Amino acid sequence: MQQVNTQHLRNYPKKPKQVYLFGTCIVDSFFPDSGMDAIELLEREGIEVIYPQGQSCCGQPAYNSGYKEEAKAVALVQVKQFPLDIPVVVISGSCGGMMRHHYLDLLGDSVGDLVGNNAEITNFCQRVFEFTEFLVHVLRLKPIDQGPKERVALHTSCAARREMGVHITGNKLISQLANVELVLHDYESECCGFGGTFAVKHADISAAMVADKSKNLVASDVVRYVSADHGCMMNINGALDYQKESLRGEHIASYLLKRIKGTSAKASL
Amino acid sequence: MKQFNEEESKYAASAKAFRANVTRDLGNEELRSNFRGAMDYLMAKRKDAFSSEDELEVLREQCKLIKQRCLAKLPHLLEQLEDKLETNGIKVHWAETITEANEIIAQLIAQKKGKTVVKGKSMVSEETALNDYLEERNVECLESDMGEYIVQLAKQHPSHIIMPAIHQNKQQVAKLFADNIDGFEYSTDVDTLIQQGRTILRDKFCQADVGISGVNFAVAETGTLCLVENEGNGRMCTTIPDLHIAITGIEKVVEHLSDVPPLLSLLTRSATGQAISTYFNMINSPRKEGEKDGPKEVHLVLLDNGRSQAFADEELRQTLQCIRCGACMNHCPVYTRIGGHAYGTVYPGPIGKIISPHMLGLDATSNLPTASTLCGACGEVCPVKIPIPKILLRLREESVKPKSDKPQVMQGQGAGRSNVEALIWKVWALVHKSPTLYALSMWGVTRFRFLMPKKLGGWTSVRTAPKPAAKTLHERLKSKQEKRAKQAKQSTNTASR
Repeated sequence: MQQVNTQHLRNYPKKPKQVYLFGTCIVDSFFPDSGMDAIELLEREGIEVIYPQGQSCCGQPAYNSGYKEEAKAVALVQVKQFPLDIPVVVISGSCGGMMRHHYLDLLGDSVGDLVGNNAEITNFCQRVFEFTEFLVHVLRLKPIDQGPKERVALHTSCAARREMGVHITGNKLISQLANVELVLHDYESECCGFGGTFAVKHADISAAMVADKSKNLVASDVVRYVSADHGCMMNINGALDYQKESLRGEHIASYLLKRIKGTSAKASL
Repeated sequence: MKQFNEEESKYAASAKAFRANVTRDLGNEELRSNFRGAMDYLMAKRKDAFSSEDELEVLREQCKLIKQRCLAKLPHLLEQLEDKLETNGIKVHWAETITEANEIIAQLIAQKKGKTVVKGKSMVSEETALNDYLEERNVECLESDMGEYIVQLAKQHPSHIIMPAIHQNKQQVAKLFADNIDGFEYSTDVDTLIQQGRTILRDKFCQADVGISGVNFAVAETGTLCLVENEGNGRMCTTIPDLHIAITGIEKVVEHLSDVPPLLSLLTRSATGQAISTYFNMINSPRKEGEKDGPKEVHLVLLDNGRSQAFADEELRQTLQCIRCGACMNHCPVYTRIGGHAYGTVYPGPIGKIISPHMLGLDATSNLPTASTLCGACGEVCPVKIPIPKILLRLREESVKPKSDKPQVMQGQGAGRSNVEALIWKVWALVHKSPTLYALSMWGVTRFRFLMPKKLGGWTSVRTAPKPAAKTLHERLKSKQEKRAKQAKQSTNTASR
């Protein structure tokens, strides 16, 4: 969305004892391994991870489709699931952007018994951290790489890049892996063509975009690409699989964990 | 020339037409490669034009504030502009609709018994379809901007607001010239092509009765019309013919002369990566006594055409900050794929998506706001910081609102609403706001994942379908927590023994 990346303005808290994890609906139903890996990575750093069972979806699909009331109802329920004053770590840049930058707009002015007040919503938004942002700026993670030498690419979702600065923190994490060469693919910053309902409503334009994205990733001659967003990866991996390409994307949480543990990474669709 | 028809222009942008255009243009490989190449070039040029991100950010913020200040005072500034221009000897005309604008211009030309017009580049005159209107009245219009000239020869419309013929490559232009210009010496060398075009245009400037141009900035303080151009054709159009008519949208007014330099600098750098355009014209008056050139009469037509509707809403008003640099198109991954003509609107690309609904109505443009991934590239490069993705969201909201009899913010509100889609979102909200229903539906999705269809409409035309996991993250963590609780209990038991 807008360039509202506020990493450089943000006051980061000290390393907390506990954090919440917001798993996102896509990870919940399609890629739970990434969620488990993110938790393991955080736990290895001595952090207790609380995963509230009442969470579902950040509301972005309805919000981006113009159904603000529906988005509002769902978003508000999420806020209520994370009452403690501890960080809410989100393992998707675009959901993180939604919760950090759009919730106040969406929920701030609402009234009624279901609804929190501005202060509650503001407090919530300020506690939202994208996963890689949290690793770099709060945990100051210095991953020790135990994996084999390899070349990887990083794909940053547009919202993650422009709202949460993931191209900076994701890049920093991968660059710290001693045996990994981070390869910049052509049109690295260009959208993969997912865009939620866009991929359905304008399937042909989306198809043209993901064709280019997958082509550029394959041409970069890497063993895998890494991303902090499963939305994009569902799109790109789906296209790569359809084209019978062997390249796959992997969530950065899973990738980092495997590099740290020295186990070989496996790609998932 | 095609006859001008308001209904037709509405159809051109309709959902049905948009789909057909997209299919046609996505399949045209030459077109795709023309756009990709040109956009890559323009993006690189823009990037090189700024010494640092910081410099760019400071300038963007400054120019946003200038435009917002001017828009906040718009009614007052327009009156001041009219006053100053009239004092300077430039006659001002107000047009609410495109038809009114065309009538005013046709009358001015008729009064001088004008038969031939040379035009500098003007997107507002494209908006009013002025050429078609005048041709119907036996006035010959010749586009003198090289890109516009090419487009006119090809009987097309501009595909980009700054580079109208960017969809054509040099081979295509050479063929077009060969087919249409007598005595054209075939060449695909760009300089030779342009030189031959210029020679033809040169004579036309001297013969024309009327010059028509656009305006980039209209300065209220001094009554000055500023015109940015690279070919010198704008200066020819506004100095040689006896009658000069300028046409522009009401949002182009700026308060002070000192507002112009930062806007100009950011405009040319954002558009083509130039530090300054080759020509910058400041028109203050018609020819004065003792002067050797310049038109005897200068007129300005100020067009509304839906701009007031955007102005009336605080959020949508930001649409009018636009200085028409085209950077949003150059950086748009959708525009780069489908090109400018597919949109079916005079203004294509991201800015076209947010301005056209005010001109044509949301009913005629309901497919435009959804044709975006909201990637944000446009908002990131916009020199006056128009939050284009946010405005797209707002237009989506207006588009799917239930129709009502209450006064509407936008013409055509609710035109994109489908009852099926509305119901889907209602059910979606119901499920996702109830942890119990959500758990139940996820249980269903994962347990019955073998029922997941292999074909999912457009999604699986180029991708394999994703497969739900065997167990959700919720479930896996629930059992993990239960296991932990059990372990904790066991260890307490052992300890107590």
